[in-house]
Order: sequence, then structure tokens, then C-alpha cells
Amino acid sequence: MQMPIPNANVLARKATIAARLRAVLPGDAVITDPAETRAYECDALTAYACAPLAAVLPRSTAEVAAVLKICHEEGVPVVPRGSGTSLAGGALPTADCVVLGVARMHAVLETDYDNRFIRVQSGRTNLSVTGAVEADGWFYAPDPSSQLACAIAGNIAMNSGGAHCLKYGVTTNNLLGVTLVQMDGTVVELGGPWLDAGGMDLLGVVTEATLRILPKPEGARPVLVGFNSNEVAGTCVSDIIKAGILPVAIEFMDRPCIRATEAFAKAGYPDCESLLIIEVEGSPAEIDEQLARIKAIAMTHNPVEFREAADEDQARRIWLGRKSAFGAMGQINDYMCLDGTIPVSALPFVLRRIGEMSQDFGLDVGNVFHAGDGNMHPLILFNANKPGDLQLCEAFGAEILKLCVEVGGCLTGEHGVGIEKRDLMTVQFNPTDLEAQLRVKDVFDPKWLLNPAKVFPLEATASRRAV
Amino acid sequence: MRPTSEAELSEIIRSAGPVQIRGGGTRQIGRSTAAVLQTAGLSGVELYEPGALTLVAKAGTPVAEVQALLATERQRLAFEVPDLRRLLARDGVSTLGGVVAANASGPRRVQVGACRDALLGVRFVDGLGCVVKNGGRVMKNVTGYDLVKLMAGSHGSLGVLTEVSFKVQAIAEAEITLTADLPLAEGLAALRKALGSPYDISGAAWAAGRAMIRLEGMAGSVAYRAGQLRAFLGFHEAAADWAALRDVTAFADKPGAVWRLSLKPTEAARIVEHLGLEAICDWGGGLIWLLDPTGAADVRGAVAGIGHATLMRPLPGMAAVPVFPPEPAAVAALTAGLRAKFDPRGIFNPGMMA
Repeated sequence: MQMPIPNANVLARKATIAARLRAVLPGDAVITDPAETRAYECDALTAYACAPLAAVLPRSTAEVAAVLKICHEEGVPVVPRGSGTSLAGGALPTADCVVLGVARMHAVLETDYDNRFIRVQSGRTNLSVTGAVEADGWFYAPDPSSQLACAIAGNIAMNSGGAHCLKYGVTTNNLLGVTLVQMDGTVVELGGPWLDAGGMDLLGVVTEATLRILPKPEGARPVLVGFNSNEVAGTCVSDIIKAGILPVAIEFMDRPCIRATEAFAKAGYPDCESLLIIEVEGSPAEIDEQLARIKAIAMTHNPVEFREAADEDQARRIWLGRKSAFGAMGQINDYMCLDGTIPVSALPFVLRRIGEMSQDFGLDVGNVFHAGDGNMHPLILFNANKPGDLQLCEAFGAEILKLCVEVGGCLTGEHGVGIEKRDLMTVQFNPTDLEAQLRVKDVFDPKWLLNPAKVFPLEATASRRAV
Repeated sequence: MRPTSEAELSEIIRSAGPVQIRGGGTRQIGRSTAAVLQTAGLSGVELYEPGALTLVAKAGTPVAEVQALLATERQRLAFEVPDLRRLLARDGVSTLGGVVAANASGPRRVQVGACRDALLGVRFVDGLGCVVKNGGRVMKNVTGYDLVKLMAGSHGSLGVLTEVSFKVQAIAEAEITLTADLPLAEGLAALRKALGSPYDISGAAWAAGRAMIRLEGMAGSVAYRAGQLRAFLGFHEAAADWAALRDVTAFADKPGAVWRLSLKPTEAARIVEHLGLEAICDWGGGLIWLLDPTGAADVRGAVAGIGHATLMRPLPGMAAVPVFPPEPAAVAALTAGLRAKFDPRGIFNPGMMA
């Protein structure tokens, strides 16, 4: 993966820059020792790593503004970092950059049930936002798989989703306002605890966020439905949605994935071509009502199994295999997790094509994904220690993502572009479409210092980054 | 000017002077004297997949045509498009593009979000005549910067929309309204209590001395939730006209300026009582419509720091009052920067948002 050549002028002034940063932050908040900056060399896309010039850990909006102002004056690129869980390399540093980590900014600033919002510092983890309101019967809806670790700052930057967005939407649908620090240190308040905030495009460091919280539903219950054809499973999903039922989640697993998770987690899944886990919410009677409708629809498609959960333990077992799918695949081999989205109607075609491509590339692939919204997560297995296997895997991944775009979908549904899909952006966007996006960054960050090597192909941004 | 294709529109814009962009002219606010650029010629549904809850249509497509098509599959636009023709004394045919440009959203906002939350993709022509696409037709899409939400509510200041994609929803099989006659402060407190319950409220409003709560969904579920809420709040079941509330028809035939306020629901009662104006509250108090018979009330002063106010229907003597809420300096600089990038010649709706 190509990254810009570090600015020699910045590298040469490391001591001066570090001294200026130490003047505005507490001593332990500026990290420059090469042994310690290595902790920030990569995020969850571990195939690529590069230690930064320095890492800073500010505690407040004012400290973030002071850091950015200095970096702006010194011409130092800044890479913001939430918890470093990006699967797309969003927080990958360059050797000449300052990593700005928000991990020390994790306070709850305001909780307001009457107005249904919570205001937090952006380094707070996703799950601990819910943790702060759970005891009072509330929750924060977006639930990316990394929710135990990932920060709200990263969720906003990536616009993270999760298994339950079919009903509750993704991060932007649950974000009411932000405190944003621009690269030159200007602090801007966008939106707020009222509903009609303007459209937000986040091109600064978010230090505080106002998030919508919701009262917790009375309960939830899943069912498992197995089919002997991906096509039929896809049709069943469409039919449920067409019938006006809105489950909170419809998860899909294909045979390779079912077999791998069975060997690993022994959840007792049927050995079939495809499997749906459908979860609905409400009171026990409301759940019964929805599941009865779902069952009636599923039965018209002759499933090999329709498994209901009589109690908590059975419900847990239905989710067990799905929740251990990534671990199960990881036990077989190294894997790369993709994140394209497709129109639900294209599901059978895309799964068939992925199967054919798997043969062509000689790499196994399992599919596990959010079927209700078409967000796929093909897991390609490869051997990181075998020369050339990573490149082969990346080439296969690129072909799958191109296929997603071809059928009317997109490159990434919830993981973001980062560096991983940067060079595929031209598959989805023509030069005019890209230029429109670059212009927005021009407005927020005219010197192109904030995470400049991400999202857009380097050749498309070269002239801007040179300024 | 009334182009009938995106290519023709692009051609027109390349050589155009200042224009005001108009769909059906049913909800346009702000002041503009520029020549009218009509988008109604860009019309037609391009894709509708009921099983994927997806609709793609040209921006000039009449809202009514889309609603009729969706109804054949028992579906609808989730965000309840307000029809402001009576309130604003307009006629004409509301278009999808106009709805998006205004981010127009009705009572169901508290449950499903605004127009922009249902908007999946856009195509538009910028101020240089370039055709830009962003987003798409799938529900989850984080590929590149999100210009879709930027266009929603931008009132034609960044580009002329040519195509929009929406996530749609099923029409609920059952609907119940619970009401109680209560003074404003107590009524809003009851609404907040309902919105803080797990009973999935799809409308929470107060008008003419009556608080109203709407429940929608499957028959059994609606009956269950209504039962729980009745016990919990002391409300009773009654018929209610949610369309009239959405369209603010109560103010249509009354003279005076009409303001639209967006603020924290808990501030609503205090602000309304302070201003002493007739009010309709939606979104549990988060949205307030005010009727000011003389146009003299200091509405902007009252909401400073706790929300914002838009002058939806000015009186003739109010030419000096900005229609759109003034922005803080740092935000105004970003707005101006974006306009300069997307419309460098300053031809789109000049003066309208001033």
C-alpha cells in the first residue's frame, strides 16, 4: 500500500515540534520515544504499520485546539485516532505525522432523558455510552461488532453501523450534534440537542458528541431458519420486508461459514446451504405476533429448519454461532473481512459469483452478513506467512467489491474506506464525483494536513497535498 | 427555464446567470428575485424495489405520484411529507427535489427520523454545470464523504438536484391515537413521558389544548401498547387529524407571521408562555409552530442559545427580518466556503438564505 513520502522538513524539526506540543499539554500526554510511538503504528488493519513522529493524548477540546493550531502552523499532518479498531486503516500513521488520540477524553458531560440525548467526550467507547444510561432503561442504538473497544470519535468519522441498523439506522441517524475542531484550531459547534441540525460532514477532530438515546425495548427474541438454497433464503428476506415486518436484525450465513462455526462453537446449527437469524423486539405478545408472521412467510419457502427459542438459553445458542463466526474463520486461517453493500435483490447472483471467483483465485471464502440491508461481510481465508498470498487475497477482495458496485451497491457499508479501499474509489466514483468530495475537504482543511492520505486515491489528491 | 433532461439542465447552468430553483414552488421560503429554473421537467420514477424498500426517482417527480405508486405495495415515505400549500397560500405540485432541498419532515420524525435519514443517494448539477452523484440506493454506504446529507436541507444553495433515492417503509396495518385535554406544560410533560417509554411512539404533539400520541404497527402490538400507555398516562383513545397537524392548517386562514422553532423539548412550554403566542407543538415539543399576529415578537431573541427559528411566513413589514436562522461566525464561514466551492459564480438562489 503506497503512502506519501514523509516530509523531510517535518522529520528534521521533530524536537522543536515536540517541545511546542509539550508546552500546551501535560508531560505524559506527548509521546515521542520511538519505543512508545510504536504502540500507535497501526489500527486493526495490521498488515500495514508505520510509527508516527509523535502521539498526543489531550484531555479537552481546548487542548485538541492547541495541538491542531501548532501542527497547522508547523505544517505537520495529523492522524486522529479513536480506539484504533478501524479495519480499513483509517488511523494508519505516516512517519511525519502526529497521532491525536482521544482515548483520555471519555467523560459523560450530560445525560438528559427528558430530551432523549446524552453528550459525551468523543473518546468514550460505544458500549460505555449505553452503559451510562442502561440502568435507567435506555440505550445508544448503533452497535458495531467492536463496540466494546471502539470510540464514538471513530464511529462518527467512519459512520459506523452494526447488526441492528435495519431498524435503528447508522451513526449519522443517531447523531444530533458535535463539537468539532478544525485543523487551524477553530472550534465549531454543529447541531445540538434539538432535532433540526444541519447536515454534518466531519472534517475536523470531533471532541464532543450529542447522541440520541432510546428507551430500551421490553425484550427481544431470535429465530433461526435454514435453507438449501441461497436464492430461496434471499427471497425469504425480501418477502419478510415486503410484508411490512421490520425485524431489528436479519443475519445471513452461508455453508462455508456455517461449517466453520459449527466446528468451532458447536452451536448446533443445521448443515445447510444458508441460514438466517432473524430477531424481533417488543413485549412477549408482540414478539409472538411478529414471529408468527415470519414463520408463516418462511414456511412457504420450505426451510430445512425453523428453530424458535423457548427460553434465554436457546436464544443465546441461536446467536452463538453467528457471534463466533469471525473467530471460527480466524482459527482456520488468516482472513480478510470485506464490507461491500449490495441491493438485497442481487444477493443470490453475488453469492454465486463469489463462489466462482473463490475457485478462480484458489482461496476459500465464507459469507456472513446483515441481509436486511444488503451489507455483506465476505471473509477471505489466506496464509499471511505464504509469500504472495496477501496480495492474492487483496486482488480477490477488490474483485468482490467491484462486483458490489456493478450490481448497484457500494464498496463499504460500515467499515469505511481508509487506505484499504482508497484505490478502488474510482470504481464507484468518476473524477467529477470525487472532485465534489475533495472540495468539501478544501473548505474544512485547506492545507490538507488532517489525515491526508486516506479515503481518496493519492494521485487524485497529490496537487492538494503538495500545497 | 424548464429543462427536461439532466444534460439539458447542465447545459443551461453553464451559461446561466442567477436563478432561483423551483420544484413545484409549494414550500420555497426565503427571498429571491432571480429568474426561475423549474425542475418539474425532470420527472419519473426510475426504480422501485418493494422487497428492498428502495425507490429512485428524478427530482422533479411529483410527491403525489410517488405516494400513489408506493401505496400499490402498501408502502410509503416514512418521514410524512408536510403539505404547506394552505399555510403558505401556494398552489402547484410538490416535487421530491423540493422536499429534499427543504429536508421537509412530519410528525413521525420522532420515530423514524427526518427526510435526510431516509435519503440514500442524490445526483445534482453544481454551479459549473458538472453532474455529481453521491450515495446510492443501498441502506448502508460509507464510501467517501456523505454529500447526501449535505444536500438535504441545503435549499438549492449547493446544486440543482436531478435524482434522489429513498429508503421507504411499509404502511402500518393499525394506528391508534391517544389524547387528553391538558394545558401546554402538562401536555408536553406527558408527551415526554410517553417518548421515554418502550412503547415506540410515532407521533407526539400538542395543539389547541389537546395532547396527542400516535401508535402504529401490527394490530395486536398497537392494542397492547395503547393499553399500557392509557394506564400509564390517563389518556383516552380518540380520532385525530395528523395530516392537519403536519400541514399546520390551523394557522392557514389566520393572519400573521408564522415561525417554525426547533429546540430542546423541555424548553418549549417556557418559550411559548414567554412569547404569549398561539402555538402548535410537534415532536414532543422539539418543533413549535408560532403564529405572531403583528410580527413584532422577538422570537429569535427568545430561542438564542437553546435552538433556532425560521420565519416561514413573514408579514409584509418584516423585510428586514432574516428568514433563515443566523449562523455563528465559524459555521457561517464553513457555509460560505461550501457555497463558494459548489457554486463559484454564486448563481444558485442568491440572497435566498441571507
